Amino acid sequence: MKPMFSLIRRDLLIALRNKTEVLTILFFFVIVTSLFPLGIGPEPAQLRKIAPGVLWVAALLATMLGLQRMFAPDHADGTLEQMALSPTPLVLLVGGKIVSHWLVSGLPLVLMAPVLGIQFDLDAGSLGVLMLALLLGTPLLSLIGSIGAALTLGVRGGGVLLSLLVLPLFIPALIFGAGAVQAHMAGLGFGGHLSLLAAMLVLAAFFAPWATTAALRIALE
Amino acid sequence: MSYRLVNWFKLASPQKFYPVAGKMIPLFWLLAAAFGVAGLWLGFFVAPTDATQGEGYRIIFIHVPTSWMSMFIYLVMAAWAGLGLALNARLSGMMAQALAPTGALMAFLSLWTGAFWGKPMWGAWWVWDARLTSELILFFLYLGFMALQSAIDDPRRADKAGAIVVLVGVVNVPVIYFSVKWWNTLHQGASISINKAPSMAMTMLWGMLLMALCLWMYSIAVALMRVRAIMLERESHTDWVKQLAEVKA
Repeated sequence: MKPMFSLIRRDLLIALRNKTEVLTILFFFVIVTSLFPLGIGPEPAQLRKIAPGVLWVAALLATMLGLQRMFAPDHADGTLEQMALSPTPLVLLVGGKIVSHWLVSGLPLVLMAPVLGIQFDLDAGSLGVLMLALLLGTPLLSLIGSIGAALTLGVRGGGVLLSLLVLPLFIPALIFGAGAVQAHMAGLGFGGHLSLLAAMLVLAAFFAPWATTAALRIALE
Repeated sequence: MSYRLVNWFKLASPQKFYPVAGKMIPLFWLLAAAFGVAGLWLGFFVAPTDATQGEGYRIIFIHVPTSWMSMFIYLVMAAWAGLGLALNARLSGMMAQALAPTGALMAFLSLWTGAFWGKPMWGAWWVWDARLTSELILFFLYLGFMALQSAIDDPRRADKAGAIVVLVGVVNVPVIYFSVKWWNTLHQGASISINKAPSMAMTMLWGMLLMALCLWMYSIAVALMRVRAIMLERESHTDWVKQLAEVKA
């Protein structure tokens, strides 16, 4: 486990030293969500209705931005090959990469979401549900996305291909994540949606690192 | 027994499979044509007009079989993909690659015929219902698989990467199948189930089953034709391909 934590520490250090990457993702999230009220019109009732969907779609797209850089720099300078050769199981290191990706590009979105939710006139309860849903959903996005990132490593047109592969798999997270907030706003229980999100998170946490490891080994062959 | 096993594994080599596939293709075309004629005749001339939906319901003779095939072909692809990753056999990757366009076609036809049925019956070409959405995701998965395969130049790597995508996406198939049970949405329940009597006239059932068999045979025939083309392309440097009569000519 120790190499995994040192890998997470290294990735976080790199992210801190090179802040633009984190900030670009965060600002992308802010700008995309701010475009919708400008495009659709500022009626609060309508904004409240579209808020969960808009915030979730923006979170998906912002996560996509970070995914391309998940393994690519390590692949380019040979670190990834050293990881594959190291005595630590590659699955653990992949798990570390996924955790650091979430800390760098997922967690800021969760923390930023309530501020953006206020722009859409969401009440305090809905903001809480939105944050909870994103807290369960963004790690799921990082986990699923890691498979796509590993598969498209060093492939021509990787960025566009990555979105084509990963976005369809993100749809369930989007449906239940946005659905939780909508259910809460409609006065229905949101527990079911969050439970399903959590179930998907557990399943993905178990399977995705293995699939990503297999994909990385194929890419490194 | 062991003798038979040896024989089956022999077919895993493209060189042995190529001529066998060539012999099987006309047979499957013939079966597809026979089942198709019988199914369409039952569907359009024999099956009674539906009491509530009128003549428009007849689109299910295409819609239901294509939906079944779109899911079934994905499962077959996943099986080939798993086999390919486990045994590292060349044929598995080729079969998965050959099946993908047909599967995508079936998913597309299922969505398209569904839209034609939905307009007169529901009054909308498209609704965001659980089954339609999950079928649309299946269509996207086929497209993603094909895009990934064509983006990777090395065929062996393309096969393995594609296999992982197919296996990851396979969770979607049970979701489509059970979506009408899990979510109470607009799309009607399953037309046929194993443990209860079918909710339709016997002739309709037969028409649908015959059309499903027709599409099944068609899919096999087309996949075999495609896999033969893939074999020629990938193995063009080998002697056995250069010795083939159709290549020499």
